[in-house]
Amino acid sequence: MTGESLAQKIIAMASGKEHVEPGELVWVKVNTLMIHDIAIAGVVEIFKKEFGDNAKIWDRNKVVLIPDHFAYTKDDMANNNIRIMREFAHHQGVEHFYDLSTKMARGVCHIALPECGYTRPGEILVGTDSHTTMAGAFGTFAIGVGNTDAAYILGTGEILLKVPQSIKVIFEGVLPSYLQAKDLILKVIGDLTVGGGAYCSIEFSGPVIENLSAEERMTICNMAAECGAKSGIMVPNKAAINYVKNRTNINFGVILPDTNAVYIKTLVYDVTEMEPVVALPHSPDNLVSISEVPDIKIDRVYLGSCTGGKFDDFMAVANILKGKKVLVETYAVPATREIIEKLINEKIDGESIFGILSNAGVFISLEPCCAACFGGTDDTFGRANKAMNILSTTNRNFLGRMGHKEAKIFLASPYTAAVSALTGHITSPTTFMDKI
Amino acid sequence: MKVCDLAGPTFVVKNNIDTDQILPGKYIKINPASYEGYKELGLVAMSGLPDCYPPFASNKSGKTIYKIIIAGNNFGCGSSREQAPIALGAAGIKVVIAESFARIFYRNCITSGELIPLEIKECLWQKVETGLDAQIKFDKKKIIIPALSREIEFSSLGPMIEIVEAGGLFSYAKKIGRI
Ligand code: SF4
Repeated sequence: MTGESLAQKIIAMASGKEHVEPGELVWVKVNTLMIHDIAIAGVVEIFKKEFGDNAKIWDRNKVVLIPDHFAYTKDDMANNNIRIMREFAHHQGVEHFYDLSTKMARGVCHIALPECGYTRPGEILVGTDSHTTMAGAFGTFAIGVGNTDAAYILGTGEILLKVPQSIKVIFEGVLPSYLQAKDLILKVIGDLTVGGGAYCSIEFSGPVIENLSAEERMTICNMAAECGAKSGIMVPNKAAINYVKNRTNINFGVILPDTNAVYIKTLVYDVTEMEPVVALPHSPDNLVSISEVPDIKIDRVYLGSCTGGKFDDFMAVANILKGKKVLVETYAVPATREIIEKLINEKIDGESIFGILSNAGVFISLEPCCAACFGGTDDTFGRANKAMNILSTTNRNFLGRMGHKEAKIFLASPYTAAVSALTGHITSPTTFMDKI
Repeated sequence: MKVCDLAGPTFVVKNNIDTDQILPGKYIKINPASYEGYKELGLVAMSGLPDCYPPFASNKSGKTIYKIIIAGNNFGCGSSREQAPIALGAAGIKVVIAESFARIFYRNCITSGELIPLEIKECLWQKVETGLDAQIKFDKKKIIIPALSREIEFSSLGPMIEIVEAGGLFSYAKKIGRI
């Protein structure tokens, strides 16, 4: 019998089997199901149609409801979705409902999930969002699904899964000070291409991954979705385990892949000499090294989303913007309320991160949500409502993604975004960072 | 139940058509399971495509004259929005033929029973034009394009065929006695 990858091992456990083979269809028990506002109406309707108007969900303690996409808008239809979520939570007795109008309010689902202790190693987490892969940073097998699958899980606690093949990505060497997790994952996307990880689980490992903070690891697993991967996953390191332990009392065990596991592809990177990278419009795999970026004047810098709106991301930006002023309009959307509080409380040389950013001229939203990452309604903070060049720390630069069809989106790391906000052109943090 | 053969005009698109092009973000607030929502999704299906494409659905009925989409690689990449395949289904599309699909889109087509995703091994989208007719013979696993006098084989749906034949995840689970 061949060895199992990390994904295979977790799926085998959750399906009650000794061993599972890639390609096999298995029924798997789900530990946590997350539903967000854009899926809730469809999911509830299917659930009622299939299980009955008065049916109860399989386990009210395992369902997490998070409004985040159309969180702060005047749009009626969008707000109606949140009303449906509220009624459903109430009717079903779901307590893990992070309602915006209450103290429970959090923000972007993929950051709220770990913050509230749902991303436990060795478990199965399913979400109605493609970036659910993010929880893989903690050794959770986490996948995104649509409404029908979510409705089925609501009623039964199970999902029918095709066991994925695995791709192994190893990062070795010494991480230069100017390089961030965002650069590493963009590099992988550039090499694998946006379809190159389709149906697969990408397992990240190596000494660099072992030393990353929990949030930087999350950036990598988050954007595994951009390769089309089913999941991005890592054996949790100390930082990840401590992060989870601080946020849940539920016990978990750490699972390791077999040493003789089979990977359909292995990519090895030495990061020591790696350059920061930028994804040019309109695809995350349209990648160039920063030294090869043509001279592009930017009209806006956008810092936010599940990928680039975490505490570590703003800390990186603050290190560069401290005592300086941005040249182009810069919008920042912290992903959750907890992050906003941390930005206010944590300081660099006596000045809060929040203070550093706003003194540098950054517009900071106090409404943590997806905001302009996916465009949203016309009244969304930071949305591109006309043609412009945007340098963004988000994850997708598809045509029209941030609003206007003629807006051009360039994706880069928080360091690159911050340095470029100061110069007005896409600028490398390499030379700049020697000076600070 | 076997899937019925079908024939009709095709709408042709290139590689990497993402869910923002199939259904722009501002429309994902629409509830696909409601009667009005379903109709509305048909109206805005494919409205995120660049202007070089011909109009997709009639802006009165929300229906398209096309029955089949022919695409390149990685069709449906991006978000998990089930509204995307549903919008295409609501507009009247029955089958999407592509060199490859994004996994959540592929899964959503099958679990919702809204569309049948067929994978082929050649770059068909570069050889045909929007408006050409195609016929699909499921038993023979063949796509026939009369104008090109060509028959193209599509890949087997593998274990997913049972869900497609049942008409979606719920019908399949009932059929095998799981629920
Ligand atoms: S922040 Fe952007 S990528 Fe993340 S869940 Fe929201 S819309 Fe999706």
